[in-house]
Amino acid sequence: MTVRHALLAAAILALIAVPYAITEQYYVNIASQILLYAVFALGLNILVGYGGLVSLGHAGLSGVASYAAAYLLAAGHGHVVAIAGALAAGLVTTAGFAALSLRASGISFIMITLALGEIIWGLAYRWISITNGDNGISVATRPAPFGLSLASADGFYDATLIVFLIAVAACAIFVHSPFGAALAGTRDQPRRMNALGFHVWLIRFWAFMFSGLLSAVAGILFVYYNEFISPQALALTASAEGLLMVISGGAGTLLGPVVGAALVVIVKNVVSAYIARWNFLLGAIFVLIVVFMPEGLVPGTVRLFRVAWRSARRPKPATAAAAATPAGEPKP
Amino acid sequence: MSRTVSRRKLLAGAAAGTAAVAMRFPAPAIAQAAPFRLGLLTVKTGPLAQGGILMEQGVLTYLKEKNYTLGGRKTDLFTADTGGNPAGAKTKAQELVERDKVDAIVGPLAAFELYAISEYITQQKVPTLSLAAADNLTQRTPNPFLLRASATSSQATQPLGHYAATELKHKRTVTVSEDFAFGHEQMGGYQAAFAKDGGCVVNKLWPPLVTPDYTPYIAQIGDCDCVCQGFAGSNPLRFMKQYANAGMKYPVLAGEAGADDFLLKSFGDEALGLVSAAPYTLDLESDGNQRFVSGMLKNFDAIPGQYAALLYGNCQVLDAALHAAGGDIGDKEKFMAALRNVSLTDTPRGPLKFDHLNNVIGTIYIRRTGREGAKYGLKLWNKTIKTYENVSQFWTWPEKEFLAHPVYSRDYPPLTKC
Repeated sequence: MTVRHALLAAAILALIAVPYAITEQYYVNIASQILLYAVFALGLNILVGYGGLVSLGHAGLSGVASYAAAYLLAAGHGHVVAIAGALAAGLVTTAGFAALSLRASGISFIMITLALGEIIWGLAYRWISITNGDNGISVATRPAPFGLSLASADGFYDATLIVFLIAVAACAIFVHSPFGAALAGTRDQPRRMNALGFHVWLIRFWAFMFSGLLSAVAGILFVYYNEFISPQALALTASAEGLLMVISGGAGTLLGPVVGAALVVIVKNVVSAYIARWNFLLGAIFVLIVVFMPEGLVPGTVRLFRVAWRSARRPKPATAAAAATPAGEPKP
Repeated sequence: MSRTVSRRKLLAGAAAGTAAVAMRFPAPAIAQAAPFRLGLLTVKTGPLAQGGILMEQGVLTYLKEKNYTLGGRKTDLFTADTGGNPAGAKTKAQELVERDKVDAIVGPLAAFELYAISEYITQQKVPTLSLAAADNLTQRTPNPFLLRASATSSQATQPLGHYAATELKHKRTVTVSEDFAFGHEQMGGYQAAFAKDGGCVVNKLWPPLVTPDYTPYIAQIGDCDCVCQGFAGSNPLRFMKQYANAGMKYPVLAGEAGADDFLLKSFGDEALGLVSAAPYTLDLESDGNQRFVSGMLKNFDAIPGQYAALLYGNCQVLDAALHAAGGDIGDKEKFMAALRNVSLTDTPRGPLKFDHLNNVIGTIYIRRTGREGAKYGLKLWNKTIKTYENVSQFWTWPEKEFLAHPVYSRDYPPLTKC
């Protein structure tokens, strides 16, 4: 446990050190993007990884929050009102999503979330008096909480890091709570959970709400980062990208979505400067992950390390002896 | 023994190294010789990639012609692929400005990309020469660091409306164009100018950008004497084919992208008689255009359209402004003034100059698609039938009057009874 704590502290210190270690503003911005997409992926992971409910409409949820914030700011409200309004709009939309889509599960659930996401996209695209259609809404300023300006790359990174750490902690607490265990139970054995007296629908509903809250937070970070929002951010490709982050990193783990977000953002924004066919590269990486680590990068790597660790610890003749007498072989 | 040898070797090596370093860097006075860093924001993946690649070819053609020298300075080109979405455009603009430290940007392609980076280029003071036609950025909400040497969306369709009403004597038009800003602004310009000369738009149809089958929209066309289409990308090909297959006989007019010259190789007989308006035409017989077209053919074996021509023109304007500024771009406001003061005669599209809002004033060509005069192995050709010279973004309206109206949109100008 202490090793784990030390690693955790080292990781947090490394994240805090990013703006000092990297002098190039551009890469600090990329780091901010990784963190904000990681928050989005963490939210999606609650549903996909722990709830077993694959959603293809999550970009709609973060998009509603982005649009609400941008709209309120454009109407002349302050940042506090905009952020509160965005969270409220995100949660209300999530409740609507959950109420409709949780009537089904499996493939039907995916299709309903997809359809709902497309409806939100369509509204953003066509409800021009509110959303300014294709041209999007620009946000003139970033907030300055406690007088600290977020206008610079470093300032924004620090704020995003704080939000990210809170999101990770919230996810950890959520997952390790009895409620998280109940959610995993509804994923694995919904009928048995029902028989045990758990309200499966309600458990899923609140998990969806938590997931939607994180999506809305990511949406607010997104609109402040880009200082612009337009319908492309709500499109199906954005939802699919989120899902790709979760699955490639490792669904149902805390670290997986973060690694997945880093992978997608880096390939999309950094590698694409050197390789014209970065779409192809991303596809190839995903195929390789599916072939060699179908459980995702993080659990896959852990598995490989365990195998290596065991084969290194086990003395060679003993292996031969154990193989000769299988009855005496202790369970690994 | 071996020890002394090695020490000697070390000393000799150190001396040689010092000498080499000293000779490699003779003097630090090379500030003026630092290369000009040009950024290109384009789209090389996704549905807009075809136009984006032509943009890059236009830039490369100019740089090759000038041996990678702009305004007397060696030029390094940094190309970034936005993927055709606003968040990508923002990130890639940051990459160009913050990592590659570019002095100026040409591009991006789409209006929503330009809107997404508009605030950013103002903050960073990066002179940007865009292709994108987000009309308002040189009209009601001008961006001081944006120069549009291409055209606003409505700059070519306003003369088209005039031509349709006065020369073709059309009275009633149905417009059909993609449901995004470029389409809205093009058709708005057509409608306003057409109405000014006594015409009337009876219906406006807006298929989405990706529409597999236009039949439901074509079925709504009627009660008119011409159709005006404002499609972009490869959509004009599919629309014109389906329009002809449906047996429709109303003559068709098109905006700048609806009959772009790079589509000529793919059009069939259905495009015969198409009348279009554009800021660039392959048909223009001038030295500037000859040079550009032969460069495109030589370098890329590509018959260019406006995407390549207008980006080539952007580079020409940049080159001229750099010359005027003596290669100095330290003061960005001053450099923007130098850009605005550029006046050229020898571009692929003919003469051009700029208004005080940084938008181009140039010639608009009305062309008819036919077989006559076809060159470069093409079967079809856009033959120029009328030229409007010195067309500004305000058409013939006084600037104040024009800017008092809202920007052209889906609902402006509104449909009226007629």
